[in-house]
Order: sequence, then structure tokens, then C-alpha cells
Amino acid sequence: MNKVTTVEKAMEGIKDSTTIMIGGFLGVGTPEEFINALVKKNVRNLTIIANDTAFPDKGIGKLVVNKQVKKIIVSHIGTNPETGRQMNSKEMEVELVPQGTLAERIRAGGAGLGGVLTPTGIGTVVAKGKQTLVIDEREYLLEKPLKADFALLKAYRADEKGNLVFRRSARNFNPLLATAADTVIAQVEQLVPTGNIDPDAVVVPGIFVDYIVQG
Amino acid sequence: MDNRTLIAKRVAQEFKDGDVVNLGIGIPTLVADYISPDMDVILHSENGFVGLGPADGAEDPDLTNAGASPVTCKSGSAMFDSALSFAIVRGGHLDATVLGALEVDQKGNLANWMVPGKMVPGMGGAMDLVVGARKVIIAMEHAGKDGSPKIVKECSLPLTARGEVDLIVTNLAVFAVKPEGLILTELAPGVDLETVRTFTSADYIVSPQVMTMNV
Repeated sequence: MNKVTTVEKAMEGIKDSTTIMIGGFLGVGTPEEFINALVKKNVRNLTIIANDTAFPDKGIGKLVVNKQVKKIIVSHIGTNPETGRQMNSKEMEVELVPQGTLAERIRAGGAGLGGVLTPTGIGTVVAKGKQTLVIDEREYLLEKPLKADFALLKAYRADEKGNLVFRRSARNFNPLLATAADTVIAQVEQLVPTGNIDPDAVVVPGIFVDYIVQG
Repeated sequence: MDNRTLIAKRVAQEFKDGDVVNLGIGIPTLVADYISPDMDVILHSENGFVGLGPADGAEDPDLTNAGASPVTCKSGSAMFDSALSFAIVRGGHLDATVLGALEVDQKGNLANWMVPGKMVPGMGGAMDLVVGARKVIIAMEHAGKDGSPKIVKECSLPLTARGEVDLIVTNLAVFAVKPEGLILTELAPGVDLETVRTFTSADYIVSPQVMTMNV
């Protein structure tokens, strides 16, 4: 199976109302090529799951500014005033999730788990309407798994089988997303022939990756 | 010495050799500059690594702190994804976290993530850090710009976490949070008890061994 393709081909299945997970932390490790292509495609009513909405002119922020997002599930919106504005005007629904909880909900989605139990958010607005459990005398919040139609990843290096290697803090949510979406596409800086990545250095096994785009 | 420097210098005395510590944005970030060079204190950055080092002018777009500012990673650093990053946070592997606050109350409740109707940046990693770190240190100016107390009887803003704060370090004083309430343990140089009383609305006990900060 040839996974190496173009941006257009990799993103063919993304339509209006698609749920998309996008890697990155304030734009670091975000597949900017895919974001630009989404803006160009102008698909609307998207549900986006990501760490944050970055900046108005960078990363996921561009999708918000272009009003393509119906609902966004993130831990932080403070660096993009447009997100706050659309939240307050009710143009966009914003679900704020503690960062560690977000990571675990995505991991649970990809790992076939029914949810996670976390002490984070107990006694705060995050706990509103959620089930709690007491285990060994400590109270935990039940947080449900997250899944998506597409995951858009940014990696440093890939081989033709889609094995991925990341660089520095550009890794962040990317490896988690690879497990939790039906179709996983990766923008990579370097594409090397299969066999040129040491199996011990692989962070995301290629079996999770459907399409690779160099960019 | 300005207030921010004083607070950062005092907080830096809380660490010991080998500690793994997460520093928040603002005054907490300054703490790194005052950690004794004789100690190996490992800084955790929640976007996915340990071994955070100061910026050196050479910007690597793949390496930033959790505030998206360029940083370096020290020899012996390790990179990981967001799930492992928060396993470190929540799993009791962080010796301390240092965060700013909007309000802290006499039960150790903390509010530092939103002001309803005004500022809703999202909690980012703050809720996980406060719940998970072994020691939660609040580093902040003692009162608001208008002199309004930030150390209060009961937080009026939405909580970040309930009853997790261990130590409060301000430009006027140091308070320990104990089961019996707040204990005033240190005064900043030149600050008297009456000044602290004026700018604090919480109840607190003055330690019989109250000392002057050694900064």
C-alpha cells in the first residue's frame, strides 16, 4: 500500500461537519500545510479536538478566524482573542478540558477504554454534570473517551510505511491522536526509505498512519 | 530589589537537589534564574519534556516552553508526548509546581484560570498541576493593583482546584497552608505585621517563630 500522497488526496474525505483532531501546542507541531488546505477547501461546521487554538495567524487559529469551526474541544484559548469572541457571541461552542484530561480522553479513545478516572477538576466547574467515583478513599471524575473522523499530525521524519519520529516539543499530542481517528494523515519534514528508521526509535508505528505528505 | 525578583528568589529556596519542578508563566518563570547552580533541579515543561533550559538566542521552532517562547533543553533532557507529560504531573512525579493566582483562600483553594465574563483563557495544564504536584507553591504579588486582597477567606472566582495549595510566597510574606489554617511564617525585609494584615482578608495565625525572609 502506497501511503505517500498529496495534501489534496490525503484530505479528500474531509467534508462539512467532519470531526478532526489536530496536533500541536500553540502551533508547535501543528501540520500547517493541512491547516492551509482546510482553509482553502473552506469546509464548515467542523468539530476540532486539539490542545489549543494557537494564534489568529498560526495553526488552528486560522480555522477559527475563517469561521469554519462549529465546536472546539481544547484546554486553552487565551492566545487567540477570536476564539473568545466567537465563544461569547455563541457562534462557536467551546468545551474547555484540563490538558492532562484531554490527553487521557484521546488516549482512552484510541486504546478502546470506556473512559478515564482523574482527580483533576474535582471541586471545580469541570466536574459539573459528571459522574464521580470514590476509589480507595479518593474522589475521581469519570471522563469519557474522544474519537475523530480524521487526525492531522505533524512529524519530523517518516518512512514509506508511515513509521513516525518526532522532534523536541513538536511531539506533544501528535502520537496520541494517531490512535484515536478513523483516518490518520501526517505531514512530515523528511521522508526516508523503509528500513532507514531504527525500529527502536519509532514513536508512532506506521500501522496507525494512512497517508503521508512531505511538507 | 523589585517585588517579582524578591518573590522568585524566595521561591527558589524551596527546592532541593534532584527535584523535578514545573514553573508556570509570569513570576514563576523567573524562579529558574535563582535556583542555586550547586543543585540539579530538573524543570518539567508540560508541552512535553524535562530538562528545560534558558533561551540562548538561537531559536529552534520545534523547542518552546508551554508559553510558546523559545527555550533550550539541557544535556540529559528527555522528550515525550502529552499523556506521559501529564502522567508525570498527576502521578506524583513532580516534586513541586509554582503558579500565579488570582485568589487563594485560607483553606488552600486556588482560583487562577478565569474571571467570568472578562477573561476565559482556559485552564491549560493548571488544574492537573495543582492536583498532581507534591507541593503547590503560589508565587504572586500580595494584593491586586488597587490594593485589594488576593489572599481571602473564600475564593469568589471559579476554582482551579480545592484544598491543594501548600505555600504562598508574596512580596510581603510567606504563608504555609496547614490543616489548622494559614500560618504566617515569614515577613519580607522591612515589612511589618500590620502591613500584611491590611492587605490580607483571610484569617491566619502568626507563627511564634515568624522570621524575616532570607533573600
